[in-house]
Amino acid sequence: MKPASRAFKTNATRALENEPLQRALRGIKYGFVANRAKARASLPEFDRLRDEARAIKEHTLAHLDLYLEEYESKVIEAGGQVHWAASADDAREAILKICRDAGARSVTKGKSMVGEEIAINEHLEAAGIKAIETDLGEYLIQIRGEPPSHIIAPAIHLTMDQVEADFRNIHKNLPPERILDEPGQLVAEARAVLRDGFLAADVGITGANLLIAETGSSVIVTNEGNGDLTQCLPRVHIVIASIEKAVPTLEDANTILRILARSATGQECSTYTTYSTGPKRPGDPDGPEEFHVVLLDNGRTEMLGGAFHDMLRCIRCGACMNHCPVYGAVGGHAYGWVYPGPMGAVLTPSLIGIDEAGHLPNASTFCGRCEAVCPMRIPLPKLMRHWRMREYEKGNTPARYRWGLKLWAFAARRPWLYHALTGLGASLLARFGKRRGRIRSLPMAGGWTRHRDLPAPQGKTFQQLWRAQEKAS
Amino acid sequence: MSGARKRQSVLEGIRAALGAGGSDKTRKETVRKRLKSPRANLVPERASKDRAGRLELFTGMLEGQGAKVSHAKGPGDVPEIVAAYLRDNNLPTDFRTGSDDLLAAIPWDKTPSLTRHRGRGKAGDGVTMSRARAAAAETGTLFLTSGGENPTTLNFLPDTHMVLIRADDILGSYEDAWNVLREVYGQRTLPRTVNLISGPSRTADINQTIVMGAHGPRRLHVIVVG
Ligand code: SF4
Repeated sequence: MKPASRAFKTNATRALENEPLQRALRGIKYGFVANRAKARASLPEFDRLRDEARAIKEHTLAHLDLYLEEYESKVIEAGGQVHWAASADDAREAILKICRDAGARSVTKGKSMVGEEIAINEHLEAAGIKAIETDLGEYLIQIRGEPPSHIIAPAIHLTMDQVEADFRNIHKNLPPERILDEPGQLVAEARAVLRDGFLAADVGITGANLLIAETGSSVIVTNEGNGDLTQCLPRVHIVIASIEKAVPTLEDANTILRILARSATGQECSTYTTYSTGPKRPGDPDGPEEFHVVLLDNGRTEMLGGAFHDMLRCIRCGACMNHCPVYGAVGGHAYGWVYPGPMGAVLTPSLIGIDEAGHLPNASTFCGRCEAVCPMRIPLPKLMRHWRMREYEKGNTPARYRWGLKLWAFAARRPWLYHALTGLGASLLARFGKRRGRIRSLPMAGGWTRHRDLPAPQGKTFQQLWRAQEKAS
Repeated sequence: MSGARKRQSVLEGIRAALGAGGSDKTRKETVRKRLKSPRANLVPERASKDRAGRLELFTGMLEGQGAKVSHAKGPGDVPEIVAAYLRDNNLPTDFRTGSDDLLAAIPWDKTPSLTRHRGRGKAGDGVTMSRARAAAAETGTLFLTSGGENPTTLNFLPDTHMVLIRADDILGSYEDAWNVLREVYGQRTLPRTVNLISGPSRTADINQTIVMGAHGPRRLHVIVVG
């Protein structure tokens, strides 16, 4: 997918005016956010598990080369093959070659963010191989030709009417008078259509939430069971996973799984968690004859041990975006690439470059909710700040901002000046918003006030009130 | 670049970033130990209940996820429970299973209305039945292993999936369940597929509304024996 992150500001403005999107985004609060809070409350160990999960990932990253070698040797022992890919190009090439060698005409896909990252569908389609997304959300956006807008709920931006219209448009062989006005009817139709795709596919591609070095197993979690039909029916199964997915043991995987679903959807666990180890064994009546793992680096090694190292602990649960006021206002598409929200604001510049994605680390109010809910305790605001600093140092920040910051710094270093200016500002604003107590619009700050009101200050600054108190007592 | 060169370059990149030499003995020893004798991390308190407590938690969790749980005193009671369930839900009375011992030991012919087919799952299967090797009460999760006894396709292709589990195999935590599988399959070895199943298939991708039966079974009926 060609990044559109440069256009964050225009995208965001458009998103704020998109009523169906705004309705969908409001749902997150009552769904994901409320459910996560409930799941956390019903597991007293939750926060301690987060600490352990963090330690497990840090231990793994410190020994990443060794755990990957162990994982690889167990996959080979089980009869599978491992393909190392330094770049997205390498991974695409490896996958296409496996598909060609298998004589594949159609490929089913389980949901994979790494698959999105390397844009595998486009690559296969260009080579004449049909790629069918089978996760319902991924299918909905695939038929619209859109990127995902959320890492665990890729079609969260769509309303039911839009889905109905798309189905009528695409599933042309079904009777036009059929009734599609409940989610259940739409799901049933997708189930029937995709079932044929599952049965016809030559190759199944899934992602991996974890790679277990102990056993050479890759793990996926789904609620739909699509990932399982993707891997147990076709003759060839390809797992595409990035290198930081490794964990040492089954026990370590347990710990991460205990916080993953709870942080993501608020479920105690996902409906299906599947451990896959190599191809079909002698005597197995089903399962793939070939098993391949494509291990993708694509910029991760550069993050290792550096300023953005912490981001490698991410387990892609989506909690940071569910709790982010900026994501909640503009949705995922505004971010312009595969990974949205706070995790995307940190990861995207690492993967596609700060020149391309420089706006994203600025798409934050630094409220800190993302870090507070991140199960892997990733200091997302700090990492965004790192990017802002780099951008500033590189001179990418527009002159207007740089001047603004310089002026602010000048005043902030001179307390008498700072107090005088903030006092003046507060009393001006107070007069401005006197009647309602809120300010609807402000000269030169239209971008800020167009979508929200500014509470009017009461006329005195904190410092002034403090001094008055001191004197009085 | 050849495959071997790519592998080398990724691994070397990692070592350089970590400032680690390939021959670093302590690192290797740490990894070897951790893999050889895996240790449990923090296990939630709720997993350490007695047998009755585990059974109750297991049932509650599964029902909370939309599954139906029935209890059979012994294998002899299973056919009637199955027949009643299929009747109550207007489902076909023939179903498919693998060659699992526990399933084979059930006196199916006691209930002539039931017909048992054998083999891997097929497109169009209405009802199938598998046996779970273990379960973790912690989240109401069944552990199913691939192979001729319980083919994986039986878990995902049908509309209705029935799973038999012995009450004694319902353990507390995931750790307990993996230890059972380690005993069966050996250290550092798993069967081709282990499916952890905690309810019927579901999706919330349309309208953030939960709908059962996205791609896998719409119904999950768990029968606890003993
Ligand atoms: S950064 Fe944290 S909260 Fe966000 S997706 Fe990754 S693990 Fe989840």
